[in-house]
Amino acid sequence: MIPLKELLQPHRILLMALFAGFVLWCAVSLRWDWIPQYLPLAAHGLWTTLWILLASIALGFPLAMLLGLAQAVGPWYLAWPAKGLCTVIRGTPLLLQIWLLYYGLGSLFPQFPWIRGSELWPYLRQAWPYALTALTLSYAGYEGEVMRGAFSSVAKGQLEAARAFGMPRRTIFRRIWLPQAVRNVLPTLGGETILQLKATPLIATITVIDIYAVSSRVRSDTFIVYEPLLLLALVYIVIALVIGQGFAWLERRVPR
Amino acid sequence: MSDLLELLGLGQAAELLSLSPPGWGRNLLVGLSRSLQIAAGAFGLGLLIGLLGAYGKLHGGKITRDLLAIYTTVIRAVPELVLILILYYVGTDLVNKASAALGGGPVEISGIAAGIWVLGVVQGAYATEVLRGAIQAIPPGQVEAARAFGMPGWTILRRVTIPAMMAFAVPGLANLWLIATKDTALLAVVGFSELTLETRQAASSTRAYFTFFMAAGALYLMVTLLSGALFARLEKWARRGQPSLKGGAR
Repeated sequence: MIPLKELLQPHRILLMALFAGFVLWCAVSLRWDWIPQYLPLAAHGLWTTLWILLASIALGFPLAMLLGLAQAVGPWYLAWPAKGLCTVIRGTPLLLQIWLLYYGLGSLFPQFPWIRGSELWPYLRQAWPYALTALTLSYAGYEGEVMRGAFSSVAKGQLEAARAFGMPRRTIFRRIWLPQAVRNVLPTLGGETILQLKATPLIATITVIDIYAVSSRVRSDTFIVYEPLLLLALVYIVIALVIGQGFAWLERRVPR
Repeated sequence: MSDLLELLGLGQAAELLSLSPPGWGRNLLVGLSRSLQIAAGAFGLGLLIGLLGAYGKLHGGKITRDLLAIYTTVIRAVPELVLILILYYVGTDLVNKASAALGGGPVEISGIAAGIWVLGVVQGAYATEVLRGAIQAIPPGQVEAARAFGMPGWTILRRVTIPAMMAFAVPGLANLWLIATKDTALLAVVGFSELTLETRQAASSTRAYFTFFMAAGALYLMVTLLSGALFARLEKWARRGQPSLKGGAR
């Protein structure tokens, strides 16, 4: 955070006063009367955005670890497919991947009677499983590349020392290798998590009602253009700030 | 050739993707060329904004620096899709107001120009940071030496700063170019006809979703891999005469 003394320089006070004036102007002369009506929907949308973000990270990170390990130390028959998957995911637009899963798989599944008869079918008819799958795979693809670098950046001496003490391989991984690898890339992971947040509005294109979809709904219902968009941008800035602060806190807690 | 495709069960896909009218191949290629035009334009505009922004951040006054910090922070915290909508509406509003002030009627803005404008402003924020880092990485003695020889500022920029920072900037700029090509897909959401939207139209009118999305994915991947190879060569060229990074301390 910026110390108070730096914040109170004359030109910054002027800029802040101008900004406060802009906010006041927005509050007075723009239309905000639609907010109460759409508040419940917006809360629901915000909740969808947040849980899809958290779930895709929670599911994607273990996958990324596997992809990173396979590329860093795996034999060629694991390393090549992992590298290929990362290249394809990072080399094509996420929007295309989401549409491929939703429209492609979504039009393929109903052709198989056993899928339609299965217990999963009520879920497969909804949009969010496809959204979650696409975002999870995307996070795994980008982070797999990050984790590859992280795993191979841990000093060899650390692993040799652990082996010399007779630690089993699982314990070495859990207590020496993984913690140091994650620590080295913590700042990168913070940035990537914000990028993942910025990818979530794409799921609105396959009918998932997230906070972005709510703002589009307001725009098409009331023909108010700027107000919902400004508010939406503010919501994303706040979430990004929270993520940034969270990772900064995590970085301070981790011993160097 | 066609027998081989039949044998692999790809006969129908080849028919759908063929370049002549019953197939949709030509539409995809037109979309690809539009995507590349927008990406190249946005990348160029982003570089221009980035160079000005980097100079402002390094040598500008207090207010310039604070405003640039707000610009780069806000652009990098808001989803591209939201920025595209905001910048699109602001841009069309401004152009229409300007045209009305000059006594003209409402103006129809071309999709390519609008795409370049919105993606260029987004790219500019990222390019500012990349170029600022690259300029800071130049040993200060080089610029001081140029100044000591009495070179004017413009010549220093052209003959010393830009060539010397290239080696540091190319990896970041390569990344930005890849982001630009992939971000053009977002314009499909606001209805610009580029590769992703063409693909979706082809897919929904033939119901062959897999074929078309896979084909578009292959086109994007081809662009990515080709640009990766080109930027690797560019980096090698920009680094010519410098000590190799390999073999040193890691």
